[in-house]
Amino acid sequence: MTNAIELDDVSFGYDRRRPVLKGITMSIPRGQVVAIMGGSGCGKTTILRLIGGQLRQQHGQVKVDGASVRDLGREELYALRRRIGMLFQFGALFTDMTVFENIAFPMREHTDLSDALIRDLVLMKLHAVGLRGAAQLKPSELSGGMARRVALARAVALDPMLVLYDEPFAGLDPISLGVVGQLIRRLNDALGITSVIVTHDVYESLKIVDYLYFVSEGRIIAQGTPDEVRNSADPFVRQFVDGEADGPVPFHYPARSYAEELAAGAN
Amino acid sequence: MPTKPLANGLRRIGAGTIRAVSRMGFAARFFVAVLYHSPAALRRIPLTLREVYFAGVLSLVVIIVSGVFVGMVLGLQGYDTLNLYGAGDSLGLFVGLSLVRELGPVVAGLLFASRAGSAITAEIGLMKTTEQLSAMEMMAVDPLARIVAPRFWGGVISMPLLAALFSVMGVFGAYVVGVRLIGVDSGTFWGNMQAGIEFRPDVTNSIIKSVVFGVAVSLIAVFEGYDAKPTAEGVSAATTRTVVEGSLAILALDFILTVFMFRGVGDV
Ligand SMILES: Nc1ncnc2c1ncn2[C@@H]1O[C@H](COP(=O)(O)OP(=O)(O)OP(=O)(O)O)[C@@H](O)[C@H]1O
Ligand SMILES: [Mg+2]
Repeated sequence: MTNAIELDDVSFGYDRRRPVLKGITMSIPRGQVVAIMGGSGCGKTTILRLIGGQLRQQHGQVKVDGASVRDLGREELYALRRRIGMLFQFGALFTDMTVFENIAFPMREHTDLSDALIRDLVLMKLHAVGLRGAAQLKPSELSGGMARRVALARAVALDPMLVLYDEPFAGLDPISLGVVGQLIRRLNDALGITSVIVTHDVYESLKIVDYLYFVSEGRIIAQGTPDEVRNSADPFVRQFVDGEADGPVPFHYPARSYAEELAAGAN
Repeated sequence: MPTKPLANGLRRIGAGTIRAVSRMGFAARFFVAVLYHSPAALRRIPLTLREVYFAGVLSLVVIIVSGVFVGMVLGLQGYDTLNLYGAGDSLGLFVGLSLVRELGPVVAGLLFASRAGSAITAEIGLMKTTEQLSAMEMMAVDPLARIVAPRFWGGVISMPLLAALFSVMGVFGAYVVGVRLIGVDSGTFWGNMQAGIEFRPDVTNSIIKSVVFGVAVSLIAVFEGYDAKPTAEGVSAATTRTVVEGSLAILALDFILTVFMFRGVGDV
């Protein structure tokens, strides 16, 4: 059986001068929850956009469900996307619709379900993220964490085969964080879907994932199961797990040396 | 040394020209794409009706108020000038023709560009900035069909209605000033208007103009929103461009259309 997702030596840059991804190879088997971790700006969101076909890699291959995403025509790409749910990093809820309508949106667009059935399904999804009572609120009336949970409910509205979560844990309090983590795992196992989680949160993801990839400067620098990661002696992995600023992973965006820059300002 | 600023200047003009032409090419392709997605969008009537509400119904107040005031001013100024030649009785005809042929479509179009056009651009631009359009694409829903086409058609449908309403309100304003305040005979006012304005070509041309303006402004509005840089400044710049380009397009198109429509009708 093919893997749900295969990336083979994928390189990508938004412009020619600065490549963001430099030869990423990963394979994500069906039914697993896999985390992609890495510092801010290392290209995690970019990887998800390549998988979803919103960007096209300059080099290498991105395969979802056996099909090379870059080579799909518009109809085929849309057919594939109908089976993919995506949680956007900043929620991307439709601001002119209520929470209820946001979650009903993909159902109304892609199915002929009756209003009554859609209502039940939406309330079920909202109940799962603990926001059934917020159904009639507008996105502007939600807190950041609530918006994220609504976006999560919307991402799984159509019971997709693959869900891409971009920072599902950001902005959540410790209780919702645990709940959302468990929810992702439960949805994955109950519906037999494949989940990709992009996150900074090592602690939370170690509890729920099957496999982790560590990305830095556009390359995969380490990977392994949660147990391997916990016991790893790899300095990259240790830096992530222990959360130290100093280590092999640079905290700073590439720049001139600080002293040079200060001196330049003085002239 | 002195060649350098010259070369730089030329280079900038060249780059600007290329950018402008490629943007126009992009806009043309965008227009075709919107038309291509229109049948699917129009089949879902509530989507477009909602946009008719936002572009049309919410512009009613500004259109009605401006129409009445423009009509009142026309009444005053028109009577003043016409009376110099003893033609004060032609006020109805003068006001009616000015409004139907020019002021109705043009002023309503300008108001439409600044009231509804800017709102459409800002809304689409903000949806892009907050990744709502991306999210829609990822849900396999094409924003061109779901967001852009209904707004385009909402504008195209609203504009002629607003222009007609503007003309009607203008005539009413002129009636109030001319007949009620100045004392032009009511029968003469309406009679002259009725006798002098033909359904063809005057009213039909007015409708054609307002439809053309509606297409132009709506297209500019949705294009600028869709093409906006996804930042706060980007959206604000796009909104400004909609108003400026929309207004200029209306004035230029109006001249072109007038040349073709009223050639040889100057003797009315
Ligand atoms: N639209 C864009 N145009 C140009 N460069 C971009 C664009 N989006 C992202 N980048 C650049 O690509 C790099 C990777 O961005 P990406 O959004 O994938 O990072 P990320 O790993 O998701 O970071 P974070 O954890 O902060 O969300 C960054 O250095 C960023 O500057
Ligand atoms: Mg990101």
